[in-house]
Amino acid sequence: MREVAIVGIGCTGFKPITPDISYKELMFEAATRAYQDAGNINPRKDIDAFVSCAEDYWEGHSIFDEFVPDQIGAALRHLFTVTSDGMIGLATAYMLIKTGEFNTVVVEAHSKVSDITTFTDIVNFGLDPIFNRPLGAHPHYMAGLEMTRFLHETGNTREQCAQVVVKNRKNALLNPYAAHGANITIEDVLQSEPYFHPLNRRDVSPNADGGIVMVLASEDAAKKLTDKPVWIRGIGWNSDTSWPESREWGRAIYTELAADMTYKTAGIRNPQKEIDFAEIDDSFSYKELQHLEALKLCRQGEAGKLTKEGETEIDGDTPVNASGGLLGMGYAIEASGLHRVFETVLQLRGEAGKHQICNAKTGVAQIWRGIPTATGAVTILSTEVE
Amino acid sequence: MFGKKRVAVVGAGLTLFRRNMKETGREMCWEASKMALDAAGLTLKDIQCVAYGSAPDAFDGIHMKGENMTDASGAWRKPFSRVYVGGGTGVFTADAGWWHVASGLFDTCLVVAEEKMSSCYPHPAYAFTTIFDPIMDRPHGTTLIWIFSLEMHRYMHVHGIKKEQIALVSVKNKRNALDHPCAQLGAKITVEDVLNSEIMCWPVQRLDISPTSDGAAAIVLASEDVAKKLTDNPVWIDGVGWCIDSTYWTNRDLYYPDYVECAARMAYKMAGIKNPPKEIDVAEPYDPFDYKELHHMEGLLLCKKGEAPKLTEEGVTQRDGDLPINPSGGLLGVGNPIAAAGLMKVCEIFWQLRGEAGKRQVPGDPRTGLAQAWGDLMQYGSVIVMRR
Repeated sequence: MREVAIVGIGCTGFKPITPDISYKELMFEAATRAYQDAGNINPRKDIDAFVSCAEDYWEGHSIFDEFVPDQIGAALRHLFTVTSDGMIGLATAYMLIKTGEFNTVVVEAHSKVSDITTFTDIVNFGLDPIFNRPLGAHPHYMAGLEMTRFLHETGNTREQCAQVVVKNRKNALLNPYAAHGANITIEDVLQSEPYFHPLNRRDVSPNADGGIVMVLASEDAAKKLTDKPVWIRGIGWNSDTSWPESREWGRAIYTELAADMTYKTAGIRNPQKEIDFAEIDDSFSYKELQHLEALKLCRQGEAGKLTKEGETEIDGDTPVNASGGLLGMGYAIEASGLHRVFETVLQLRGEAGKHQICNAKTGVAQIWRGIPTATGAVTILSTEVE
Repeated sequence: MFGKKRVAVVGAGLTLFRRNMKETGREMCWEASKMALDAAGLTLKDIQCVAYGSAPDAFDGIHMKGENMTDASGAWRKPFSRVYVGGGTGVFTADAGWWHVASGLFDTCLVVAEEKMSSCYPHPAYAFTTIFDPIMDRPHGTTLIWIFSLEMHRYMHVHGIKKEQIALVSVKNKRNALDHPCAQLGAKITVEDVLNSEIMCWPVQRLDISPTSDGAAAIVLASEDVAKKLTDNPVWIDGVGWCIDSTYWTNRDLYYPDYVECAARMAYKMAGIKNPPKEIDVAEPYDPFDYKELHHMEGLLLCKKGEAPKLTEEGVTQRDGDLPINPSGGLLGVGNPIAAAGLMKVCEIFWQLRGEAGKRQVPGDPRTGLAQAWGDLMQYGSVIVMRR
């Protein structure tokens, strides 16, 4: 077995807008922090491969990978782009190290979503051009439909979804990296502007800008670079059908299958018992509940109850999104997944500050690529190799 | 369980390359995938993961285009990822398939590359105007052909190369493509035809350039254990390499592709190749423009700098020459649906090494082959080395 560890992390923090700084500067700052954190490595010499994560339409460029190398030290080096969430970039880096041909690999993901003046139109361009796009609807209607089906199938309630928003935005107040911390009540959520029924405006994670870079290393290399490695004990990713018409709307199949793959690699038989905390996708409030169930961190239909009882609070039995999640930190397009991983690493290192969880030894991070996709990724991180 | 594993190609499939194919991108993906699966004697049930490649989303006008193609590429409820390195994507998608299997995570991987360029109006070339820096380059109205004319000029100037020498590449590749059943622009042309064709942006002329095309290609990869059960003649992926140069192309000397050399050295090191011209029996370097075949032969260390035109004149790069280059007909002859064109080259090496290339078969029982693609702002090199 060739184990893989995260040995360096760098994050710019997240903000609703960043007019003072370009995406290249965001990436440079995150990279500089990550290289420093990984024992002050020199990317020009010490890194075997670089993975960046970006989509052309988010960036407003065609062939965006052209614009990546210089600011992360990868010019004339072995860099490539994965057009996916940062967590799938992390999986790619993990695979590269597992081949035995690479010892150190960097992953980069960023969001400069505030530069997009027509965000809804861009999301709409992700819909099938013949069957779905001509409906001309705001694409988030799909979340409203999905939420309705999820609540119907599982018996979770509208109020329990609102509780997720209250919890995550409150947690975000404790996190200096978060963009959208707030002290709000369930009433505030339920009385916010109606969105796509049953969603209200505050059920939707607001956008945020930011950049994240991580350094991964093989077991031998990790031991030389850091005395606090965080081990990737398993990673999985999966895509359900790209046809919305033929999907399971109540369940997050993509997460169930990605979790199966991850738990199998990590040797996890009883997720509830073996996982101490979770950093998961809550891009819409109900998604946190749906994903908790898909990750088998509770039984189907139980996630809302656990949330209501405070089990998912920072001091609960299974803290979920102690960082503030996407609702509190901000939806950072392709950086959203790497962001969950970043927060998981902070917790495992005991460096999460005011939102630190007690006895954090094994955590799960999970992400969904958002509307209109049915793609997600899951990873198990731990302070222990086995 | 984990650790370095040998990875084999066990099947390949390729659609027609055409302008304005009636089939959608999804249909082309599945056609190529099914051919590759049939060739390997497998069904989708046997495929554990999918690596997909496609160049700019702007051609199809679909955001997150990879997600739109998951089902069509056989990735329903499977791990799927799309890699993206501009024009280098086709060969690089095969590199991506390699690490899926070499990591030990998967025993089989379907690799699919597809491009549907002709749905872009008024012309696919227009999508390329958005690949430039929005502040420094785009306001000039820069097109791809402009920057390649700069590169071609520089290459010709440094080595004293004549247009007549470069035109020979177009003549050779279009003739080779006459033997390719998928080819879009196979033709018998002369050097004079190239030199008399429409001037696009001096020194680039119409017949120096590959066409815009629609098409898809696919290969099936398997781990050593699985491959040996499936076939008696697997083709092994023994080296992969990739490299990107600086975004700031205006600050580089364009006469030589350093990034291709860097990618090639990575692949050669992995494959244990010390003397490329001697050890490589057949090569498919990227030839979207005729001068690029020469440029890339040099970057791949298949000859000395400035020597490629001479080898071409001497017939060394013909199918029956000492170092056959682009026996498929390349992009100039078969067509250039960007990512699919790169993977088409990997398919060709697979067929050449298995002795299944039909009329295109190079003589001499080739054992080691190479495919390479190039992309971004004259910036990216991706390489694969395969052995029988």
